[in-house]
Amino acid sequence: MRRSKLAFPALLAASALALSGCAATGELTLTVPDVPMKTELGAFEGELNIVNWSGFVDPKWVDPFTAETGCVVNSRVAGTSDEMVTLMRTGEYDLVSASGDAALRLIVGGDVQPLNMELIPNFSDEIAEGMKGQIYDVVNGKPYGVPIGRGANLLQYNETVTGSAPESWDVVWESDSPYAGKITAYDAPIYIADAAVYLMYHKPELEIKNPYALDETQLAAAVDLLKQQNAIIGEYWSDPVAQITSFVGGNTVVGTSWEILKKFAAQDNLKTTLPVEGSTGWYDTWLISSTTPNSNCAYAWIDYTSQASVNGAIAMNFGMAPANIAFCATDADTQAHCDQFAAEDEAFWDQVWPWTTPIEECVDGRTEVTCTSFQDWTNAWVTVKG
Amino acid sequence: MSAIQKAPQRPVSTYLHKRPNVRLIALLALPMTWLIGVYIISLALLLVTALWFIDPFTSKVIPGFTLDNFINIFTVPAYFSTAIRTLAIALAVTLVCILFAIPLGIFMAKIARPWVRNLLAVAITLPLWAGYLVKLLAMRLTFTEQGLFNWLMEPFGITGPGFGIPVTVLTLAYLWFPYMALPVFTAIRQLPHNLFDASADLGAKGWPTVFRMVLPLITPAIIAGSVFTFSLSLGDYLAAKFVGGSTQMIGSIIASNINLNPPVAAAFSMVPIAFVVMYLVIARRTGSLERM
Repeated sequence: MRRSKLAFPALLAASALALSGCAATGELTLTVPDVPMKTELGAFEGELNIVNWSGFVDPKWVDPFTAETGCVVNSRVAGTSDEMVTLMRTGEYDLVSASGDAALRLIVGGDVQPLNMELIPNFSDEIAEGMKGQIYDVVNGKPYGVPIGRGANLLQYNETVTGSAPESWDVVWESDSPYAGKITAYDAPIYIADAAVYLMYHKPELEIKNPYALDETQLAAAVDLLKQQNAIIGEYWSDPVAQITSFVGGNTVVGTSWEILKKFAAQDNLKTTLPVEGSTGWYDTWLISSTTPNSNCAYAWIDYTSQASVNGAIAMNFGMAPANIAFCATDADTQAHCDQFAAEDEAFWDQVWPWTTPIEECVDGRTEVTCTSFQDWTNAWVTVKG
Repeated sequence: MSAIQKAPQRPVSTYLHKRPNVRLIALLALPMTWLIGVYIISLALLLVTALWFIDPFTSKVIPGFTLDNFINIFTVPAYFSTAIRTLAIALAVTLVCILFAIPLGIFMAKIARPWVRNLLAVAITLPLWAGYLVKLLAMRLTFTEQGLFNWLMEPFGITGPGFGIPVTVLTLAYLWFPYMALPVFTAIRQLPHNLFDASADLGAKGWPTVFRMVLPLITPAIIAGSVFTFSLSLGDYLAAKFVGGSTQMIGSIIASNINLNPPVAAAFSMVPIAFVVMYLVIARRTGSLERM
């Protein structure tokens, strides 16, 4: 009954959109709770509580910050994006170093506030082009996050076994893969996007435009592909140490990896490549809680960590490409780091889809369908592993 | 002349002597606080959460009443098969532990010299001193492709099973074995020697003695041990994560839903409880619990 009442206004709205021609081409707008933006800085509160990835908050750069501002930093390390979101929703933390798959969830949930970039002078032209204005942290033209660094989900392979670099992700997806049983995949619902990236290239008829905007048919296709992969998987990994021992111990020959994991494995026959289909990647940003009582300290921290030296120190400590690429030219070491992690290579990042939370409003701009939410992805992920 | 000695002043004892109710409260205060305040209440909260809704948009829990989370366990094929798989793994672990514990117990209690017995008792309990994660990683390293197992077995042309359900069962058996071995050993030790003599006098050889005399008498100990091996295996998920390859257990589903969909996680944590209750009911039917 309710549906029939809604049908007519919906039809009207749809035709109005079609007439104005902005259904497909217009800028994407999402429904976001109205959280006020800070207009000017005040006195430091003396305290800052951060939820962060391991390696992002270190005495080496925290101590000078506390000496300068008087803000005492308390850090809580989170293991997964879901944990970060849960912690931020307790309201006990002021700041989070979220990846894109957590960031958009926090933004549409009203848990974080839009940022006044004029109060963050260190966010400048030196920030890598590919980390600016991305959908996961800039919504409806308002910036919510300040980039920290990024890493791509690469295809790692054992060259002793494969001989040469696989050109395609097909070695981890297709049933006839020569490495069946020795394949590893990332163990999280967001990995569904990797299946979608593969389908975008090989099954254009599905019309996937963005791996994070899947309607029900498209999600079902991705899940089918993942189930097909499940039969040839040796191990799923979420713990980096387990992934490294899996490659080093010979249980895994090909699979998803990060540049830093290859570096830690420290074996010459382990190589990484970005296959023709492209890939997904994690882009981390600082976000400020919408209910924080310590916003001045939070702004000061974001500004402080956005300068080349500190941002670079975080990137090197964690093992990712820094957001502030001015850091690369500091010395030979930093240049070597930037080269290994492709920090300045925008052509490389053009092939990488930054992790973004799937939400019901399609992030590819489609309005005629409802997309699957992260909740749907989580439910689907459990069925993949059966 | 002896002076009448004055009784020592004991105000607390005197006070309690006259008031049996206060005595009872004082005795039970600590265990009851723990049982009701910590144990029962958190279980009840868990059950209540399992009946609540979730806002799919914000992942926030909304109070209400729905049985969907429980119905899903039966209707979603992946959920149901995971529950059955976990049950099978827990039963297999228990079986492996029993198979190892009985011969070991007979040897330790009736055959081994005292110093060998002590050495074995230490060897069984020693792993309990090591951290859980350390033991898991040790099993992981043992069974990797280029690990100890394959290295040892290479001369015989045998290769290990690789990470999967068999290694998960072995690992869990390794983790929980002491809980089975110790009660079984104690029970066999309490069997009088002359029972074995009587069995031999009546013409029973080794196997009949074990199956028709030892086994019935130590069943309560086996049940006691199996409650541990069975219930601990049901709740485990790190073993599946580290040595299970692509194996998914009930714990894996709880872990992946605990942040995003607490009601589903809560509903799933009822599954091991249901299994354990069923197990205890069956054990009670056999009459073993009364003799424990």
